[in-house]
Amino acid sequence: METTAATRAGTDILPGKVGVWWFLASEVMLFGGLIGSFIVSRLGSSGWSGEAAHLSVPVAAINTLVLLTSSMTMVMAFGAVEKGDPRGLRTYLFLTVLLGLTFLGIKAYEYSSEVAAGFTPVTGLFWSFYYTMTGLHALHVLAGIITNLALFVMARRGLRNQHRVELAGLYWHFVDIVWIFLFPLLYLT
Amino acid sequence: MSDPVAVLAIPEASLHHEELGFWRTYLFSTEHKTIGKQYLSLGLFMTIVGGFLAYVMRWQLAYPDTEVPGWGFVGPEFYNVLVTMHGTIMVFFVAMPILLGAFGNFLIPLMIGARDMAFPRLNMLSFWTLFVGTLVLLASFFVPGGAASAGWTGYPPLSAKAIYTGVNWGLNLWILAHAIEFASFLMGGVNFLTTAITMRAPGMTFFRLPLVVWQLLTAATLFLLSVGPLIAGAVMLLMDRIAGTSFFLPEGGGEPLLWQHLFWFFGHPEVYVILLPAVGFVCEVLPVFCRKPLFGYRWIIYSTITAGILSFVVWAHHMFLSGMDPRLAMPFSITTILISVPFAILVFAMIATLWGGSIRFTTPMLFALGFVSMFIVGGLTGIFNGSAPADIYITDTYFVVGHFHYTLFSAVVFGGFAGIYFWFPKMFGRMMNETLGKVHFWLTLIFFNATFFPMHILGLGGMMRRIANPMQYQFLQPLQPINVFITFSAILLLVAQIPFAVNFVWGLVAGTPAERNPWEANTLEWAAPSPPPHLNWGEAIPTVHRGPYEYSSPEGPEDWLPQDRLVVARSS
Amino acid sequence: MMSWLPENVSTYGGDIDSIIRLIYYITSAWFFLTLGVFLLFLILYRRREGRRATYIRGDRLAEAAWILIPALIVLVLDLWIDFRGADAWAKVKGRVPPGDLRVQVTAKQFNWEILYPGPDGKFGTADDLQLENEMHVPVNKVVRVTLKSKDVIHSFFLPNLRLKQDAVPGREIEGWFQATKPGRYEMPCAELCGFGHSGMNGWLHVHPADEYQKWVKEHWPTS
Repeated sequence: METTAATRAGTDILPGKVGVWWFLASEVMLFGGLIGSFIVSRLGSSGWSGEAAHLSVPVAAINTLVLLTSSMTMVMAFGAVEKGDPRGLRTYLFLTVLLGLTFLGIKAYEYSSEVAAGFTPVTGLFWSFYYTMTGLHALHVLAGIITNLALFVMARRGLRNQHRVELAGLYWHFVDIVWIFLFPLLYLT
Repeated sequence: MSDPVAVLAIPEASLHHEELGFWRTYLFSTEHKTIGKQYLSLGLFMTIVGGFLAYVMRWQLAYPDTEVPGWGFVGPEFYNVLVTMHGTIMVFFVAMPILLGAFGNFLIPLMIGARDMAFPRLNMLSFWTLFVGTLVLLASFFVPGGAASAGWTGYPPLSAKAIYTGVNWGLNLWILAHAIEFASFLMGGVNFLTTAITMRAPGMTFFRLPLVVWQLLTAATLFLLSVGPLIAGAVMLLMDRIAGTSFFLPEGGGEPLLWQHLFWFFGHPEVYVILLPAVGFVCEVLPVFCRKPLFGYRWIIYSTITAGILSFVVWAHHMFLSGMDPRLAMPFSITTILISVPFAILVFAMIATLWGGSIRFTTPMLFALGFVSMFIVGGLTGIFNGSAPADIYITDTYFVVGHFHYTLFSAVVFGGFAGIYFWFPKMFGRMMNETLGKVHFWLTLIFFNATFFPMHILGLGGMMRRIANPMQYQFLQPLQPINVFITFSAILLLVAQIPFAVNFVWGLVAGTPAERNPWEANTLEWAAPSPPPHLNWGEAIPTVHRGPYEYSSPEGPEDWLPQDRLVVARSS
Repeated sequence: MMSWLPENVSTYGGDIDSIIRLIYYITSAWFFLTLGVFLLFLILYRRREGRRATYIRGDRLAEAAWILIPALIVLVLDLWIDFRGADAWAKVKGRVPPGDLRVQVTAKQFNWEILYPGPDGKFGTADDLQLENEMHVPVNKVVRVTLKSKDVIHSFFLPNLRLKQDAVPGREIEGWFQATKPGRYEMPCAELCGFGHSGMNGWLHVHPADEYQKWVKEHWPTS
C-alpha cells in the first residue's frame, strides 16, 4: 500500500481538490455566461436602474453579510478539522448551514414581497434576469447547504472525511463570491 | 504511515476482494473499463438510431413526399424533427459517448498507469446520468406534438415558443436531455483531468504522456470551459418556454442573437471536443504501424493547445450573416484562418510520420490513414466557410453540410473505427477479423466520399440546408439526380457497416484470443494483460522510463521499446 | 466544380465568385499536393522485409521545419484569401448605398411580404404597395432592401445575385443589390423557420427599364 503511494508521479496533490477546482472553473463559465448576457442586455436597454430601484438594497445588504459570515464559519470549520476538534467542526458546520438557510429565507422573503408588488419573472427583461440569476444562485446555495449538512452528519462519526470539509469550503466560498458579483450588478445597476 | 492520498489512489473496493454480483459487475460498476464499454454500447446503439434517421431523411430528399420504405410518409413537419434529432443524437449521444466517454474512460487510466479513475463512483454516476439523458431524448419522440424540430442549433425565437414549431414538450425534453448530457460530461471531464493530473505512474511526466491523453484532456478542458455559457443559455431558453420570460423574444425586449452567441461560444470548442480525441487515436495508431516515432511530439501538443485556445475566439464565424455588425466579420474571419495553422501542423506531422517508416496496412492503420486524407478535405473546404464573403453564398447550403460531415463524420467514423479496431484486443481480449475489417474500410471510404463529396456540388448549386423537398424550387430541380445519387450512396454507406457489426460480434464471441501486445506497441496499456484485470496491474504498477513513441530506436535491437521496459546499458 | 454555381446576375456577384474561385484553386492545389505526398509516402515506405524504419523524432527545430514551414505557407495563403475577401465583404455588407429604389422585405412564417414605398418614397403612407412573395425591380438600378421579420429568424436568399442575409425579429437589417440582367429569379428562405420552411419561396422579377415603368404605371396609375 505504502509502496504504491510513494511511487506515484503526482502524489502530493489531493485528487478531490483538483476535481473541485476544475468543477468550479466550469461553474465560473456558467455564471460568466449569465452575467455576460446580463451586461450585454443591460448596455442595450435603458431604464433598468428604475426597475432595480424596486429591489430592497438594505435587505440584500443584510443577506450579503449573512453569506459572508457563513464563509467565515466555513473557514472556522476547516480550522477545527486541522486542530483535530470534532466538536468545533460540528458547531461551525451547523452554523454555516444555519446561515445558509437564513440567506435562503431572506431571499424567499424578498421574492414574495417583489411578487406581491407585481414584479414577476415576466414583468420585463430585467426581472427575468433578476429571477434567473438569483434563482440559479439560490439553487447553488441549497446544494451547498445539503453538502454541509451531510458533512455535519458524517462529523458525528469523528474526523474521518476531513479533506471533504476543505472541498465543500472551496465550493461554499465560490457560491459566496458569485453573490458578491450578483449583488452590485442587480441591485445597484 | 499511510497518507490519505494512498487510500484514494486505490479504490476502496480493492481493499477486500469480495466477489461482486452481476449488478455491480456489469451494470452499476465503478470499474473504468466496464464503464468505457458501457459508453461504447450506448454510443453504438444511438448510432443505429441516428443512422436510421439519416436514412429516412435521405429518402425524403431523393423522393420527396413518397412512402419511405421501412418507415412511411415523412412530410415537412417530421422532416424538421429528423434534421434536429439526427444532429443532436450524432453530436451529443454518439460522438461524445464513443470518442470521449468510451475511449477516455478505457484509455486514460491504462495509459497513465493508474488502477482506475480518480473518482470511480462519480464515473459510474456520469454514465448513468448520460443513460437517463438518452432515455429523456428518446422519450421526446413519443410525447404529444413529437420531438424537437428547431434544428440542432435550436435558434430562438423558433425554439422559444411552442406556437412557432407546434412542438411543446418535445422541445422542453430536448433541452432537458441536453442539460443532463452536459452534467454527465462535466462530471466525466473533471474525472479525466483529475485522474491524469494526480494518478500518473512513476516516471510518467506530462511530456511522456501518449498524445491521445493530451488530446482527451484538451477536449475535456474545452468542454468544461465552454459549456457553462450554453447551460446559462439553456436555462434562459427553458424559462422563455415555460415561465414566459422573454430573454430571446424581441417583443418582450429580448435579443434572439444572444442565443447564437452563447450557442456558438460552446459550439466551436465542441467541434474540437469531438475532433481531438479522434486525432489522438490516429496519433497512437500511426507510429505503431509505421514503426517509427510520431513526428514532432511536442509540436503536436503545442498545436493542440493553441487550437484549443483559439477555438474560444472564432465562434462568430457561424454568424457572419446573422445580423450582427458586419464589421465584426473580418476579425473573426482572421481568427478562424489562424486556427487552420495548428491543424495544418497536425496534419503535416501525421504525413511526416509516414516518411521513412515501415508501414503495415492493418485495419486500424487503414482507418487512421482514411482519417488523415478525409480530414485534409474537411479542413480545406472549411476555408470556403471561413472566408466571410464566400460564406455569403455558401452558408446555410449543402456545402456546409458536406464540410462538417467531412470533419466530424470522418472523426467519428475513421477516427472512431481506428480506435475500435486498434484497442478491441485490449478491451475484449480477442482479435477482430482483418479481412472483414479491410472490406469494411474500403466500402466505408468509397461510400463516404460518394455520399458527402457531391454535397459540396449541391451547395455550390445553392441548395439550402434543412429543406424537406428540393423539388419545390425550380433552380434546384436540375440537381435532383445528385440528391438521388447521394441517397443511394448513403444507404450503401449504412450497409457497409454490416461487416463491422458482424466482425464486432464475431470477435466478441469467437475471435482469436489476443496476446498482451498484439501490435508490438509501446504505450502502457499494452503492458497489461488482454483484457486487463480488475485494477489493471498486478502487484506493482509499471514504472515509465521514456516517451511513448520510441519505435526503431537505436537503443535496442527490436523496433519497439515499451515505455515501461528498463534498458540496461549494453556492454558490447 | 465552379460551373455548378447558378448564373450570376448582380454587380457584386462576380466579386464573391472570384473569391470562391480563388479559394477553390488554392485548396485544390493543396489537396493534390498533400494527398500526393501522402500517397507517395504510403507506397515508398510500405513494409519491406529487412528494412527498418528510420528513427526520426521531429522535435528539433531543424526537423520540425519540415512541418512548420508548410504551415507558414498555409498561413500566408490564408491571409491572402482573407485580405482579398475583405474588399468583397465590404462591398456587399459594409457600406450600404442609398439606392435608387427602396423596398422593405418582412419575413413571416412562411412568406415574404414585399413593401414598396410608392411614388412618395416613404414607407407607412397611403400609397404603399404590399405584395406577397413577388418583388419587381428595374435592371441596373441599386435596390436597397430593409429586412425585417415578424416571428422567427428567416434568411433572405437570392442565389443568382449571391445575396444572403438573415432576417431577425426586432431588428431592421439593411442590404442591397443591383441586378444586371432581366429575368425571373427565385428568392427562397435559407434558415430553418418552421414546418413551412421548405417551400418558403418568392420570385424576384428583374425588368428592363421600360417594362418596369409599365409595371409602376399599373400599380400607381396616378403618378
